Order: sequence, then structure tokens, then C-alpha cells
Amino acid sequence: MFHWLEKHPFLFAVGVFVVIAFAGLVEVLPNFAQASQPIIGTKPYTILEYAGRQVYIHQDCNACHSQLIRPFKSSTERYGHYSLSGEYAYDRPFLWGSERTGPDLHRVADYRTIDWNEKHMINPEALVPGSIMPKYPWLYKDPTDINTAYATQVAAAEFFHVPYNVPIPLKNGKTTIIPLAPNLAAAHAMALKEAKAIVDQGSDKTLQEDVAHGKIPQIVALLAYLNQLK
Amino acid sequence: MENRPLEYDYTVAKMFMWTTIITGIVGMSVGVLIAFELAYPGVNTIFGHTIAQYTAFGRLRPVHTNAVIYGFTVSGVFATWYYVGQRVLKVSMAESKFLMFIGKLQFWLYLVVVVFGIASLIMGWTTSREYAEMQWPVVLGVTVVWVLWGISIFGLIGIRREKSLYISIWYYIATFLGIAMLYLFNNAEIPTILATDPAGQSMIGSWMQSISMYSGTNSAMVQWWFGHNAVAFAFTVPIIAMIYYFLPKESGQAVYSYKLSLLSFWGLMFVYLWAGGHHLLFSTVPDWVQTMGSVFSVVLILPSWGSAINMLLTMKGEWKQVADSPLIKFMILASTFYMFSTLEGPILAIKSVNAIAHFTNWIPGHVHDGTLGWVAFMIMAGLYHMAPRLFKRELYSKSIMAAQFWIQTLGVVLYFTSMWIAGITQGLMWRAQDQYGNLAYSFVDVVRDLHPYYTIRGVGGALYLIGFLMFSYNIVKTITTGRRVEESELQNASPMAA
Repeated sequence: MFHWLEKHPFLFAVGVFVVIAFAGLVEVLPNFAQASQPIIGTKPYTILEYAGRQVYIHQDCNACHSQLIRPFKSSTERYGHYSLSGEYAYDRPFLWGSERTGPDLHRVADYRTIDWNEKHMINPEALVPGSIMPKYPWLYKDPTDINTAYATQVAAAEFFHVPYNVPIPLKNGKTTIIPLAPNLAAAHAMALKEAKAIVDQGSDKTLQEDVAHGKIPQIVALLAYLNQLK
Repeated sequence: MENRPLEYDYTVAKMFMWTTIITGIVGMSVGVLIAFELAYPGVNTIFGHTIAQYTAFGRLRPVHTNAVIYGFTVSGVFATWYYVGQRVLKVSMAESKFLMFIGKLQFWLYLVVVVFGIASLIMGWTTSREYAEMQWPVVLGVTVVWVLWGISIFGLIGIRREKSLYISIWYYIATFLGIAMLYLFNNAEIPTILATDPAGQSMIGSWMQSISMYSGTNSAMVQWWFGHNAVAFAFTVPIIAMIYYFLPKESGQAVYSYKLSLLSFWGLMFVYLWAGGHHLLFSTVPDWVQTMGSVFSVVLILPSWGSAINMLLTMKGEWKQVADSPLIKFMILASTFYMFSTLEGPILAIKSVNAIAHFTNWIPGHVHDGTLGWVAFMIMAGLYHMAPRLFKRELYSKSIMAAQFWIQTLGVVLYFTSMWIAGITQGLMWRAQDQYGNLAYSFVDVVRDLHPYYTIRGVGGALYLIGFLMFSYNIVKTITTGRRVEESELQNASPMAA
């Protein structure tokens, strides 16, 4: 049979394709619908959080930081409760990473404040002696791309029915609504309001002034993103 | 007419040879740079603070991986295809104006896509998915290049004289199909520029932004189904295609066993695709998927070692050639590293080992003994074998080649040994407890302890890069000043000057 196949390239290619294709079908498909369901308390990203997630990806933070806590005693003691599938329901794509050159960040907001992160990113070594993380001074100057964040948010709602403007169940039994701005101008206003709440919890006066003047440096968006990782 | 040997047309092979060398130098240099960034964080700003965001580790890491995968390796695959394909199918590119056009078009488009792709990653336009970082406009470009390559493969097969497909062709076909399937499914994403907001406005924001079709755990599963098998179909399958052609040719020995090649080929095709789950052990993907990934990873030793043993036994009775020819040395060490790496992989895929090794430096260590020891060694050996035949000149220097071999071998050994020690150190320190059952070390304690290993790894990488520069020099000198070869068709051992 194999001799015969080697003289018939088309059927040979079909044979190869069948052999390589079905492992994916068997392994990926069965749990597909179930695995993308959010759990109670999992919220869609707000406009500023989305912008922050973009900054995170743009700087490739995931090259060094994981967002996946595996169910080992040493991991849960260091980083908190092990990760659950539904918590990632609104992550497109996932950001688990595959290296822990730096620590895991999946629940970083449980033990790092906005103030700490704000001081950390400008000079990591000052807060953590021995750290090999680069400094990120440009994040404190470059403006956040709210337009693209809004487009991403709109795409999530339009194509994947991410539940904006509807009640989201929370762990304490109450509900909350994550708003999706009706237009670009409203999105900017919404982001600025969120940004103010973030910088007020920090201590960087320059950032507070920037936000007061209607500017949102990238670090503010990143802080908003990190602050909801819990 | 019938009795004259075919005049093969190597124009396209030569073009891809150049991109192999250039992207190799770029990709490996960036690799060495970021290795030293981990050892000495000051290196992040070595080119000044103003452009620091383009030279920081996070920004350059995908530049390194994409340049060596889609640049160096894929160029090497194309270069060898446009050489090997014609020869084993017994048909010349010159016989078809159409295929010649497709080949050249593929090259120029490829060049544009690679340059644009690398530039876009330096700008930070990334999807964040490892080895699928490039954004959708680049993905479209890659897809067109790949389709052109498919036309070239099946076009050449369509006009072949040799009816039976040689083993290398099997592997090239599998490379084409495998990457096509994986790449398309994993890159399924919607450009956010297409979204329309409630006010009816669209075309908001950046063209270089997309949203993945898969979310969370599904996204992880598809990504590592892709990620693991992209390694299979870019770093394993086409490299086996090369060694099945170049080793018998260079040594003048027949392939040891046809049956073993059959078993290894179909075995590899079947088993490889199941193993991606081993990247997600103890994660939130279903437990049965993890177990399947783990089990099939161990089974994968069989077809992998089948190919490697088939190659080693091809040298049966002719081991003297390994001592005499640095070119044969490259190929034999490549298949040895292939065996080594495909044993290490399954060990890492065992759940209890993975519990310690995942997220540590053992993983890049494992990747690099495969890529440096197997992939790059084999591609360089292929180009060394091709150069005298493409340019009708003797290889410039055997002694440079021999020195390069030992320098690079030392580089690989330093690389993986340091990363093993670093990885096991991390795995054990992260989980170590003191006498009261509390964690014994803070995270940064572990980071501090890794410094010597990061440094040794950087040195190993630098040695490898030096070796690659020697290779590039040797090839360029061969083309420019090598002694002319008079024979119209060179047999076996490549001619080389002392």
C-alpha cells in the first residue's frame, strides 16, 4: 500500500492530512463550548483595563510573567488560589505565558497595591534589590491608545457577545454592570474617569496632573489592568 | 537528448540561501543580546535610553524567535527544497516558466513579509501568542507565500520524471500541509478595525490589532496544539527531509532501512499532533487532554528515534568518514542531538517532572539543544553540501569548517547544561520549605542565584553565533574565491580546500 501511495502524490497528501488532522479534532473540540464559560464573579474588561491589557501585550510582559497558578501547595502559598478555567473566559487570547523569569501575576492585585506597582515599573531594582526586570520609563510618558482599546472592546461585544451593559453576577450575590461606551467620545470620557480613580490611589503627582489635564499615560492603563488581576 | 544529464536550475535555491544566512545572523545576534539582558539588566539600554523600549527583553524576545523560525529555518527549508526537489523528482525548474515565476515570486514576497514581520514585532505589534505573534496583515502575507510554495511543490511533482516519491519529498509535503493547517487555525482572529460601535462608526483604532477567535482555556489549547506542532513541522519534519537527502549523498551510502523510514514517517505524522497537551500540564485544560499529551509524548520517542537510528546506521562500516569530514560530523552530531532532544522532551512531558520543570529555564535549554544542535547544524550542513554544486566551486576552507564545528558544539553544550542547572535550581527553590512548612525563598532569591547560569548561557550562545559567522564567511568565500570545479556533476563527498 505504501509503495502505491508513493506513486500517487495527491492521495499521499490526503493520507498525510487525515493522519495529522484528527488528533486536533479529538483533543480540542469536546470541551470547547464548556471551557469558555465564565464563573461567578468573572467580569468583562472595562475600557481602561482593555487598554492596559494592550500595553501588557505590547511590552510582551507575558514573555517573562505567567498568569497561571497550578494546584501545588508551593504555588498557591506564593501566588494565591489556583487558577480556574472560567476566570479566563474574556481573555482573547490567553496570557498564561510559558516562563517564570519573573513571578506569576494572575492574582497580583491581591498582594500588590496600585501605589507599589506605580513605583515599581519606573525602577524595579529600587523596590526589589536583585531584580533583573528592565525599567519602563516610557510608559509614564507615552499616551494610551484608547481608540484601539475601544475597537477591541466593541469587537468583543459584537462578534463574541461579551456581556456589556447587562448585570454580571458577583461572588457576594450582588450584580454589577460593565458599561460599553455608545461612541468614541464617550469611551474617552469613561477611560479618563477610570484613570482618575486609579491615579488617586497612587502617589505619583505628575501622573495625577496628567490625568487632570485629560491625558492618560500608558502606565495608568497598565495599573488598571494589573489591579483587576485577582 | 535523453542521455544528457539534466541541467538543474538553482536560481531560487541560491536566493533563499542568502536569506538563510542573513536572517540567521540577525536572529542569533538578537538571541545573544537578550541572553545577556537576563544576565546583566543594564544591557536592556545598551543602545541608549531613547530607544530602550525597542531593545528591552520583552520586545526583542519575539524578534529573536520569529527571525530564527520564519527567517533562518524556513529560508533553509525553502533553499533546500529548491535544490532537493528538482533532483529527486528528476526535473529541472528551467523546464517550466510558470514554476520558475512562482518560485521567484515566492522569494520576493517572502522577503517583504519577513522584513515587514520583523519590523512590526520591533514596533510591538504582537498578538502575544508564542511563535504566532505577528499580526493579521503579516499572517495574510505568510499565507500567500505558503500557498505559492505549495504550488511549487505540487507543480514540480506534477511534471516529474521519477514516478516514485523519495522519502525527502514525503517530509516536504508533510511540512507544507502541517504548517498550513496549524497556522490558519491558530491565527483565526478578527481585525478590530472591522468592528462597528453602537453609534455606527467603524475603522476605529489600529490596523495592527486583532481579537482572537478563541478565549481563555480554548485559546491556550489551540495555541499549544499549534505551538508544539509548529516545532514538529518546522523544526523536525523538514529537517528530516534534509538529512534523508544530504547524508546519503555526502557519504555515498544508501539509507539503512526503507521499512524503518516508513515506520518513522507515518508514526511521526500520527503521534506528534497529540502531544501538544504537555505544554498545559496542571493547567485548566481537561485532565484527560493533559494525560493524552503526556502519554503520546512518550510514545513519540519511537518514530523520532526511528529516523535518527536510520541515519546513524546509514554510516555503518563508513565511520571513518565522520573522522575525516567535518561536513559528515555536522550531520551525525545533528542526528545525535535529535535523539537526545527527543528523549529529553518526553521526560519533561511526564507529569511529575513537569511539575518541577515547567516555567523554568530547563525549557529554553531543551528547545535550544534541539534547535542549535539539530536544526541549525543540519541546515548549515545542507548549505555546505549545496554550495559547491550551486556555484561550481570548491568549499573555501575545511579547517574553518572543522573549527566552527567544535566551537559551536561547545556553545550548545554550555547552553543546555547551564539551563538545566538553572531550571532545576528554580524548580526546587520555588517549592522548598523551611522547618515550619513556610516557603523557604522569596522569588527574587531565586532570580539572584540564576546569574552565573544566565552568564554561561550567554557565552554559549555567543560561541554559537561566532561559529555561524565563520560558516557565513566560509560560504561567501566559497562563492567568491573558491577554486573552480570542472566536473559537471559532483559525486558524494563535497570538494573542500584545506
